[in-house]
Amino acid sequence: MSTTSTPVLPRGGMTRKQRRMTLIGISLSVLGVAAGLVLYSLSGSITLFQSPTDIVEKNLQPGARMRLGGLVEAGSVRRGENMEVSFAVTDGRTSIAVAYRGILPDLFREGQGVITEGVLSGDRQFRADSVLARHDENYMPKEVADSLKRQGHWKPGDPAPNPNAARSSAPQSPARSP
Amino acid sequence: MMSPEVGHFALVLALALALVQSVVPIWGSRRGDTALMATASPVALGQFAFVTLSFVVLTYAYLVSDFSVENVFQNSHSTKPLIYKISGVWGNHEGSMVLWVVILTLFSALVAVFGRNLPLTLKANVLAVQGWITVAFLLFILKTSNPFARIIPAPMEGRDLNPLLQDVGLAIHPPLLYIGYVGFSMSFAFAVAALIDGKLDAAWARWVRPWTLVAWIFLTAGISMGSYWAYYELGWGGWWFWDPVENASLMPWLAGTALLHSAIVMEKREALKVWTVLLAILTFSLSLLGTFLVRSGVLTSVHAFAVDPERGVFILAILVVFIGGSLALYAWRAPTLKQGGLFAPVSREGALVLNNLFLTASCAAVFVGTLYPLALETLTGAKISVGPPFFNWTFGPLMVPLMLAMVFGPFLAWKRGDLAAVAQRLTLAFAAAILATLVTYAVTTGGPVLAPLFVGLAFYVIVGAILDVAERIQLFRAPAATSLARARGLPRAAWGAAVAHAGVGVMLLGIVGETAYKQETIVQMRPGESIAVAGYDITLQGLVPVEGPNYRDLVARLTVREGGVDAGMLEPAKRVYTARAMPTTEAALKTRGVSQLYVSPGDPGTDGSIALRFFYKPMVLLIWIGTLVMMFGGLLSLSDRRLRVGAPKPSARRVAATVQPAE
Repeated sequence: MSTTSTPVLPRGGMTRKQRRMTLIGISLSVLGVAAGLVLYSLSGSITLFQSPTDIVEKNLQPGARMRLGGLVEAGSVRRGENMEVSFAVTDGRTSIAVAYRGILPDLFREGQGVITEGVLSGDRQFRADSVLARHDENYMPKEVADSLKRQGHWKPGDPAPNPNAARSSAPQSPARSP
Repeated sequence: MMSPEVGHFALVLALALALVQSVVPIWGSRRGDTALMATASPVALGQFAFVTLSFVVLTYAYLVSDFSVENVFQNSHSTKPLIYKISGVWGNHEGSMVLWVVILTLFSALVAVFGRNLPLTLKANVLAVQGWITVAFLLFILKTSNPFARIIPAPMEGRDLNPLLQDVGLAIHPPLLYIGYVGFSMSFAFAVAALIDGKLDAAWARWVRPWTLVAWIFLTAGISMGSYWAYYELGWGGWWFWDPVENASLMPWLAGTALLHSAIVMEKREALKVWTVLLAILTFSLSLLGTFLVRSGVLTSVHAFAVDPERGVFILAILVVFIGGSLALYAWRAPTLKQGGLFAPVSREGALVLNNLFLTASCAAVFVGTLYPLALETLTGAKISVGPPFFNWTFGPLMVPLMLAMVFGPFLAWKRGDLAAVAQRLTLAFAAAILATLVTYAVTTGGPVLAPLFVGLAFYVIVGAILDVAERIQLFRAPAATSLARARGLPRAAWGAAVAHAGVGVMLLGIVGETAYKQETIVQMRPGESIAVAGYDITLQGLVPVEGPNYRDLVARLTVREGGVDAGMLEPAKRVYTARAMPTTEAALKTRGVSQLYVSPGDPGTDGSIALRFFYKPMVLLIWIGTLVMMFGGLLSLSDRRLRVGAPKPSARRVAATVQPAE
C-alpha cells in the first residue's frame, strides 16, 4: 500500500490507506477495552479454593473470602431456628465449622462432598453465603476429590466416599415386563 | 434383527464408508476426475443410513428395556415413562455421541441430496471435510464409548436416568443444541473446502448462509430451552449461571452470530472474505470445544456426567487436529484469497464490522473466564473459580455498544452512510427510549440505578427495529396500498433481520426485569401460616405425600389469593426418585402476563414446617419470548427466496419456480 502518487479517492474524504487505518484503529480500541475489562474484572471476581487443612496450614486470616470444600462431617449437621444450619467441613485431618442460613441443596448430606463459598469468620469458623452440592449422587466435586486424594483419604478408582451409595443398593423392584 | 450387535456393526460399516468419503472425493477433485468426485453423494447417504440404523437399534433397546445392554442398564428403568425412555438414549455420554454423528451424517446427506446446484468440486470437497469429522467421531465412539456393550448376566432392572434429566425440556434440549453445534460443521466444511480450492466468491457466501442460519436457529433454541430448564427444574430460580457448560454453548452462538453478519457483507460486497472464513473455522472449533468441555469432565459443572480421562485425551486429540489443522491451512492459504470491496468506516459494512468486533470480543471474554481457571490449575495447581461478576462486568459493557450500533446498522447505506441523517430518522426510537427510562424511573422504587437506562435501551432496540421496517415500506408516508405492496415486496431477509433485532430488545427487557426488580423471600412455614409476596397472599395448607410412577413426592399445598380473590394453587414438591434414592426439588410457577411467581421448597423441619423460597420475577418470560422472536426472525430470513435459490445465476428466475428446499 505504498502510495507515493496522489491518492484517487476523494469520495468519502479518505484514501484506501486511511480507511484501513481507521478500521484497524477501531478494532484495536475495541479489543483494548475488552482486554481491559477482562483484566479488571478478573482481579475482582476470582475466589480461591481451600481445603480445611489449607486454612490452618496457610494461617489464613478472618475476613478472607474463599471457597471451602471437603466432606460434610458425619453427625455434625445441626439445624436451628429460621433455617440456620451449622455443620463441619472436613478433609479427614482438619475440620472447619460452617454456619449458613438458607435452603440447602438437594444433595447436601452428611459424609458427602460439598463446596461452600463465604468468609472466614474466626479461628476455624466459616460463614457461608452459598452451599453447592453437585447433581449426580455419586459425583464428587473435582476440587474436593483432589484435596481428599492429597490427604490420602481417597484413591482414584475407589467409589466416591459416599455412605449413602445409592447405586450399590438399587432396589429389587418388579421384574421387567416382557 | 434389532439385536444390539446390529447397531454396533452398522457403526463400523459407517466408519468404513466415512473413510472412503474422506479420501476419494477430494482425490477426485485434485485430479479433476468427475467419477471419483461423484462417489461423495451415495457414500454420504449410505453413512447416514447406517448411523441412523444404529441409533434406531439403540432406541429400540431402550424401548424394550433391554438391560443386557450396559448403556440401557445404566440409564433406564422399566417403569420410566415412554418419553424418557426415548430421551434416555441421548441423556448419557455414549448415546449422545451417537446422536451427534446421526446429525452430522444427516447434514452430509442433505448436501448430497439438495446440493445439486453446487459446483462439483466444491461439493466433493465439502463432503470430504464432513467425512473427516465423521471418521473422528465414529472412531471416538467405537474406541472409547461403545453404547452397545453388553453385560452378562443381564440385570433384572436398570439404574434409571438421572432424575434431573427426566424432564420434557431436557428431553429435547440436547438434540436442538447438537443440531446447532453440528450445523456449524457445514460452514466449517465450506470454509476448509474453499481454502483447499483457493476459490471464494459471493456465491460461496450465499451457499454458506442458509446452513449457518439453520445451525444458528437451532443453537438459539437449544440454549434457550436449556436456560428455561435450569430455571424451573434446578429450583434455584436463576436462568443463567455462567456455568462453564452454558458458556460452552454461548461461545459458538456468539461466533456464529458474527459469522451470519459477516457473511452478509461478503455476499453483498465481496468484502471481509478472509475474516468470514476465519469465523467459520472458529465457530465450529468452539462447537467442538463445547462438546469437549461437556463430555470430557475437565470442568466441574452441573452437567459433568462423564469423568473419564481416556475420552478426554481422545477428544483433546480431535480438537488439536481439527482446530490446529484448519487454522494452519488458513494461515497457509488465506493470503492467496483476493481482497475486495472498499467501504468507509461509517457505512453498512462498517456497522457490520462493529457487530463482529463486539461479538468476537465478548466471545473472547467468555472464553477467558471459562478456561482461565483450567489453565491456571494446569500451570500452577492453584484452584480458583471465576464468578458471575466477571462475566457481568465484561460481557455487559460489550453488549451495550453492540445494541446501540445494531439499530443504526440497517439504516446505513452500503459503502458510505450518513450518521446524522440516520440519527434523524431514528428520532422516534430515541424518544421511546427516553420515555421508557423516565417512566421506569418514576414507577419503580429501589432496584439498581442503571436499570431504567437498560429498559430505555431495550425500547430503543425494539422501536428501532420497527422503524427499520416502517422506513422500508414507507409506512404513513405513502398511501396504505403502496405500503402494503412494499411490505409484500420487501425481501424476507430484511423482515428477518428486523424481527431478530426486535427479539434482542424483548430479551433485554426480560433480563432487566428479572435481574433488577425481582423479589425474593425465604421463610420457614407451618401449615396454616400465610405470607405476602408481591401482592399475593399465600397460605400453606399442608404437606401431602404423593406417589409418582418412579418417584415419591412431598407436596407443599399452597393456596394463593390476590387482592382477596382466589387465584389458584401452587404445589411445589420435594421429590425422591426411588431407583437412585436421589432427591430433587420441583418448583411451582404461577404466570401473570409475562411475570411469574416462583416457589421452591427446601427441607421439611421436624416440627411439620417446611422452608419455602418465593420469588416474584417481573417480565421474566420475555427472556425466552425474546429468543423465540429471534428464532422466528432467523426462519424468515431462511425462507428468503435468494437463499433458497442458492447461487446467483442468469436463469435465477426459472430456478426459483421449481421448489428447492433450503440448503
